[in-house]
Amino acid sequence: MEHAADGHQPVVKEEEVIQHPLGIYFKIWILLFVLSAMSYAVDYYQIQGYMRWFLILLFMVLKAGLIVAVFMHMVWERLAMVYFILLPPILLLTLVAIGSLEADWTFFNRAIYFLQELVQTGPAPPPAH
Amino acid sequence: MSAQNVATDSLELKPGLEGVIDDWSSDQRAFKNVPWGKAMMWIFLVSDTFIFGCFLASYMTVRMSTLDPWPSSSEVFALSFGGAPIPLILIAIMTFVLITSSGTMALAVNFGYRKDKRTTFWLLIVTAILGATFVGMQVFEWSKLIMDEGVRPWGNPMGAAQFGSVFFMVTGFHGTHVTIGVIFLFIMAYKVSKGHLDEQKPGWFTKRGGNYEEIEIMGLYWHFVDLVWVFIFAFFYLW
Repeated sequence: MEHAADGHQPVVKEEEVIQHPLGIYFKIWILLFVLSAMSYAVDYYQIQGYMRWFLILLFMVLKAGLIVAVFMHMVWERLAMVYFILLPPILLLTLVAIGSLEADWTFFNRAIYFLQELVQTGPAPPPAH
Repeated sequence: MSAQNVATDSLELKPGLEGVIDDWSSDQRAFKNVPWGKAMMWIFLVSDTFIFGCFLASYMTVRMSTLDPWPSSSEVFALSFGGAPIPLILIAIMTFVLITSSGTMALAVNFGYRKDKRTTFWLLIVTAILGATFVGMQVFEWSKLIMDEGVRPWGNPMGAAQFGSVFFMVTGFHGTHVTIGVIFLFIMAYKVSKGHLDEQKPGWFTKRGGNYEEIEIMGLYWHFVDLVWVFIFAFFYLW
């Protein structure tokens, strides 16, 4: 950070923001368009299986990263704030892990329950309509 | 930034990890070089991240645990313009509209700091109109799904009943965020055009004088709305 001659009053913060050239916003803008088009192409060309999931996640992370880093000015912030913002959401992965464990268990029990029902009563009649 | 804040910043700030420890242990405010309004907006956005994170995690849980096939979003959200239906086209257009609005918002922040009132005003207006367009397309999407496809929060003809509840909950909450953003964008555009930020005129709920940082704070919220859409698009529509 720059200081004025008396070593007391730093240069007004707004000056730093003004110096972001417009070019970077346009570049990121174009990149976001291209990435969006590519993630739409994943669906349009019906890419399936692991490749689909990989591409979806890749384009998602890239887009999110660009928005947070440049549009939300994260690259110009001090690390104390960057860590404060980026670290807590990692906790959500714990929630995802717990959720998927529970979902597997629910799926397993539902499968057993409905299978028993099927054995006892025979296949369900076709829908009325 | 007020004078007493500037005084605390006069000490040399260290970069890197050492700076993190210094900032947090300084016995002062932890977030240096940042107006408090911006720090508070970030704190709000982190909490909002958890709300949407909970939505998406519960969506994963119900989708993994259902025995019924999950409706194919590619077909459900297909739209035909006279010819064969194009898969997911409406959602793709909505995505592009929102990204465009994020771009104009970023420019508005930049022109705001240049104190270019006219350009900032029009960029804010364009951002708000694009946001309103997004909400309008969402209304169209909802009504098509409810009226034509018979999707309800408790069931639908295409497969797993959870599809409807997740869809209305997640996109509804996101749409509400966009709507609130549009309202505040119009308010901000009004304040810019009236010169409230130049004159440091306080807003309606505060005695704090207006400032061009307000546009950046507004921008943080708007970009976050776009950010959430990136995740909804990936996990709900594409997965």
